[in-house]
Amino acid sequence: MNTGGGFSDFLQFIFMGLQRGSIYALVAMGFNIIYNSTGLINFAQGEFVVLGGLMMVTLTMTLSLPMPVAFVITVLFVMIMGILMERLTINPVKSPSVMRLIIITIAVSIIIKGLAMIFWGKESHFMRHFSSEETFEIFGATILPQTLWIIGILVLVVICFILFFNYTMTGKSMRACAINRDAARLTGINDRNMVMLSFALSAGIGAIAGIIITPIIQMDYARGALLGLKGFGAAVVGGLGNSLGAVVAGILLGVIEALGGGYISSHYMDAMALLIMLVVLFIRPSGIFGSVEASRLKEF
Amino acid sequence: MGWKNYMGMLVLFLMVAAAPLIIRNDYYLGVLVFAALNCLACIGLCLLMGYAGQISLGHAAFIGIGAYASGYMTVRLGLSPWTAMAAGIFLSAGVALIVGIPALRLKGHYLAMATLGFGSILHIVAVAAIDITGGPGGLNNIPAISLFGIALNTDTRFFYFSWAIVLIGLYFGFNLIHSRVGRGLRALHGSEDAAGSLGINTASYKIQIFVLSSVYASISGSLYAYYINYIDPGPFSVMHSVLLVTMVAVGGLHKIWGAVFGAVLLTLLPEFLSSFSEYFQVIGIEYKPDYDTLIYGLILLIIMLFLPEGLFGGFGDAIHALQGKMKRLREARE
Repeated sequence: MNTGGGFSDFLQFIFMGLQRGSIYALVAMGFNIIYNSTGLINFAQGEFVVLGGLMMVTLTMTLSLPMPVAFVITVLFVMIMGILMERLTINPVKSPSVMRLIIITIAVSIIIKGLAMIFWGKESHFMRHFSSEETFEIFGATILPQTLWIIGILVLVVICFILFFNYTMTGKSMRACAINRDAARLTGINDRNMVMLSFALSAGIGAIAGIIITPIIQMDYARGALLGLKGFGAAVVGGLGNSLGAVVAGILLGVIEALGGGYISSHYMDAMALLIMLVVLFIRPSGIFGSVEASRLKEF
Repeated sequence: MGWKNYMGMLVLFLMVAAAPLIIRNDYYLGVLVFAALNCLACIGLCLLMGYAGQISLGHAAFIGIGAYASGYMTVRLGLSPWTAMAAGIFLSAGVALIVGIPALRLKGHYLAMATLGFGSILHIVAVAAIDITGGPGGLNNIPAISLFGIALNTDTRFFYFSWAIVLIGLYFGFNLIHSRVGRGLRALHGSEDAAGSLGINTASYKIQIFVLSSVYASISGSLYAYYINYIDPGPFSVMHSVLLVTMVAVGGLHKIWGAVFGAVLLTLLPEFLSSFSEYFQVIGIEYKPDYDTLIYGLILLIIMLFLPEGLFGGFGDAIHALQGKMKRLREARE
């Protein structure tokens, strides 16, 4: 830790918060994509992040593939896992109850966790950074280039996300399904394919989150639950279904967590984002940026 | 509470009474003690999930509260195990009330995530609050509990004690679901709005059951502490909460017997698998404890996809269907 006084410490925490928050934001976007197309919360969302991170480790460190190639292969691999999950476990269920769907996605998350433990073992995995590992200083705060990669990739994903959902036919069809599935089907949109696509996209975004954070946190098989839970926290604070709200909320949670960890207690750092999630759930379940009417429509 | 349930409890009683005479192995008796502790927590969880229709992914936290209350008060404060257990029950019930009142206003996914968040927070506290919980190192030298002056410090004694508590818990549970509260709960499960319009105070019922299920979990945790004589945060993680839900779901959500069946089955399963693996070693398959997670996940998924009423429920349905068929056959013959 830098000892250059109050401001540089503060800046250090802010950067750390941005870094953590970017991951929560990506996970939250993954939750929202599936939620919007199915009304379902995917409890295996955190597992996509773990899969992305661990697959990337294998491709870059063991097989020594170049970063961009490994990146693309990893994202495709996790997207295929997402599609498999939807086709094998969500699609076949007729007349599902909410509790049954929750338990099914929990079962999938346990299975992915179990498989990850068998293939990658219990230890945490080291991965080299995207570019140089040499830190540089901004106003006394020490920054890793990887932090900038994380923030940059988040911005890129958000831009792609906006372009996809507003300017492509497929994206618009997915939004139509989210608004009213029956009406969308009447206009000739294949809603079942849209659900599958939403799982693929959500898994892909989760994989990206896993890939970019692994060089810093050293991924292991058991991280999925907490990452998923905090990502859900971001999705709730931002208003479930509202993806831009989720990005802002994710960053906010990350920064609060880093500041709390720095100034209050590092032992309770992990609990802070969860506590905020609980408070928002209890006081304003529609989220800070969500409208109350919208959440009523999607109530279970 | 129905003669079938009395018969079931009698059968369970006889099986428990006979078990230590047949199983003369302390290790296997120990496994059955864990089965009893899981049973107790699962009975409570089943009342909540199957009868009140509310999911909890944070139940291991209540087991933890019971265990740590017992551990802390006996080791650090020198209280008797029974007093500490009672204090644990009150603490759990209090926490359940505080968390339950806002949480049970939430539905479906929100409630699941809220309880998951609650469970994670308590686990983090158990690791971080070193002064009280001993942190990752845990609490040592927790005394054994005694009953009528007999210290329950052998596997056989604790086996009988823990299953006796399960039987009491079962009796209490059956009485509850066959009372006014139980019928109200079933109405609640069918349709919350309809139940509310009939004058059932749905919110109050849900909270009462949540508190009750936390008490079951707390007792299970206290017994765990007195049996192992040592606790650390490991067994009270979110994964254990998920495992409890798995046990209830595999057995059958809507039947208390299903919870008992699921808890015993899934506690014994890893033992079965590892002892069977000796026979498969010849062909190169070796079962490792590492596979437990995967096996639990696969079982849960298969049950939820193909037998949503659980093994016990599915079994009951099959018998029902068979009875119906027999009756029709008999009628056709006449």
